[in-house]
Amino acid sequence: MSPLDLLVAVPLALMIAALLLGTWVRWLLLTAIPVMAGLTVWLLLLPEGSAHVVGDWNLPLGVQLRADGLAQMMVGATAACASIVGLYALHEFAPGPDRSETAHGFAFWPLFYLLWGGANAGFLSTDLFNLYIALEMVSLAAVAMAAMGSLRAALRYFVIALVGSLAYLLGVALLFSNYATVDLTLLAATARPDLATKTALAVMTAGLLIKAAVFPLHGWLPPAHAAAPAPASALLSAIVVKVGFVILLRLWFEAFPTIVAPAGLEVLGWLGALAVLYGSVQAIRQNVLKALVAYSTVAQIGYLLLAFPLVATAAGTGGAWAGMTIHAVAHLLAKAAMFLAAGLMLEAVNGKRLEDLRGLARAMPLTVAAFGLAAVSLMGLPPSVGFIAKFLLLEAAVEQGAVFAAAVLLIGGLLGAVYLFSPLAWTFAGSDTPVVVSRAPLRTAAPLALALLAVSLGFAGQAMVEVTAGAPWAGPPTAVAVDVR
Amino acid sequence: MTMLLHIYPLTGVALVGLGLYGFLILRHPLRQILAVNVVGAGIFLVLGGLGRGAASTDPFPQALVITGIVVAVALTAFGAALILRVAEDERAPDDKAAAKTTDDHT
Repeated sequence: MSPLDLLVAVPLALMIAALLLGTWVRWLLLTAIPVMAGLTVWLLLLPEGSAHVVGDWNLPLGVQLRADGLAQMMVGATAACASIVGLYALHEFAPGPDRSETAHGFAFWPLFYLLWGGANAGFLSTDLFNLYIALEMVSLAAVAMAAMGSLRAALRYFVIALVGSLAYLLGVALLFSNYATVDLTLLAATARPDLATKTALAVMTAGLLIKAAVFPLHGWLPPAHAAAPAPASALLSAIVVKVGFVILLRLWFEAFPTIVAPAGLEVLGWLGALAVLYGSVQAIRQNVLKALVAYSTVAQIGYLLLAFPLVATAAGTGGAWAGMTIHAVAHLLAKAAMFLAAGLMLEAVNGKRLEDLRGLARAMPLTVAAFGLAAVSLMGLPPSVGFIAKFLLLEAAVEQGAVFAAAVLLIGGLLGAVYLFSPLAWTFAGSDTPVVVSRAPLRTAAPLALALLAVSLGFAGQAMVEVTAGAPWAGPPTAVAVDVR
Repeated sequence: MTMLLHIYPLTGVALVGLGLYGFLILRHPLRQILAVNVVGAGIFLVLGGLGRGAASTDPFPQALVITGIVVAVALTAFGAALILRVAEDERAPDDKAAAKTTDDHT
């Protein structure tokens, strides 16, 4: 046994338990959190690059799970986020006054554990076919969670996600026929720049861009994420889109770095830049709070793609690589906090528009503070972890003379300040204090905890840079130093 | 012999093309899911067909295909259920909408 397979197996076992437990299902979380936290710490303590083949079937036949820096960061952030969102959901889906469980309460928990297990499998696996299974597990849970809000948005998400999965699977089939293996580490050693490989990479990338909601394939995201209940939105925006992104990283930088053409990287960088600008402008135009937060996800995913050409340029690999992965973690934590805070605020005022938030800063200061702190990290203001990420990316862009990327980073930050400031401004508007029903303290604490984590991890910037450098293809950790003073 | 070896992957590619065409021109979600299933069948045929050698057959792609079929069946069932729920919602838009808003605030 190894934490690597337990991190996938335990959430799946919990999912089955959640299906069987009936009315007690909510309290399963109290077992899940300590067990998963222990496994995550065990994973973080593993030496870099520890690998484990499932069921002792050796490569190329077996499925390998591996703990590199990227996986350790993402699994750790997912564990923190899922635990806190779970605690929030404990009360969100509490039984009604007549002690009857709501349908949502029953449906949420198995999906929650399925999503957690699928995401861990997606971060840890190096087998492309196993990654396909992980993608499908996560998508299935995500669509079902989106369906708790809007069936129409969920159906749209489902159909487009299905096409993305099949494009990815077609690429896997092509790679298998070409190399007789689907393991990333073996592909990296034998990759040839032939037509089949390039076609496979292209279709898989297209499929993953759908899954990660990269502009212009983002259309399904805002309606699905905005309509879902708050804990579901938080998980969808924080974790689900990151799974597609991490697989994209593994393909481009681990399996086929010798094959990808600079032009291809430039295209991804451009898509990222357009996503930042388009997502931000759309977010500014939104009048519905959750739609604003959802479009902000489109914009923030753009930064991740914008970093692709910066990472590939050898000179700046270390810094840009660290900036990109830290940005993924920063967005994961801050966006989950923001959706939870938004959910609490909207529930309190029983509305969904920005003007409904009038005066909330006085009525629920802690929740508005959580929203504000999450906004600080999303905008990339010091000392948040979002700032460390933007700083590293900007430094890499300037070093490489990528003027355009640097400009997009700065403009994106400004636009982010514009769209995130307007909901905050509404909470301070007016002079009367709306009366708000008090809620379980745990629900107020959850977004605050996530937002504080997103801000305070900024002080651990150097440690995070060292963890990300554990990726086999990242630059040496000594090449970067975070000097934020 | 080579022609025979290639007939499965080539049929698979044709199915993928047919399915994609169907997906793009059909608007009803049920038809779209069926079209996607045709694409899936094509991909499985490519995978399975390429593992077929002149002398022996490689079992590994067959294992992948079986897993893929299981995933496809599960997803199709889920998609069909989702379409049914949407159709029910559309048939009784007012009751459902009212029921849903009260549900959201419990």
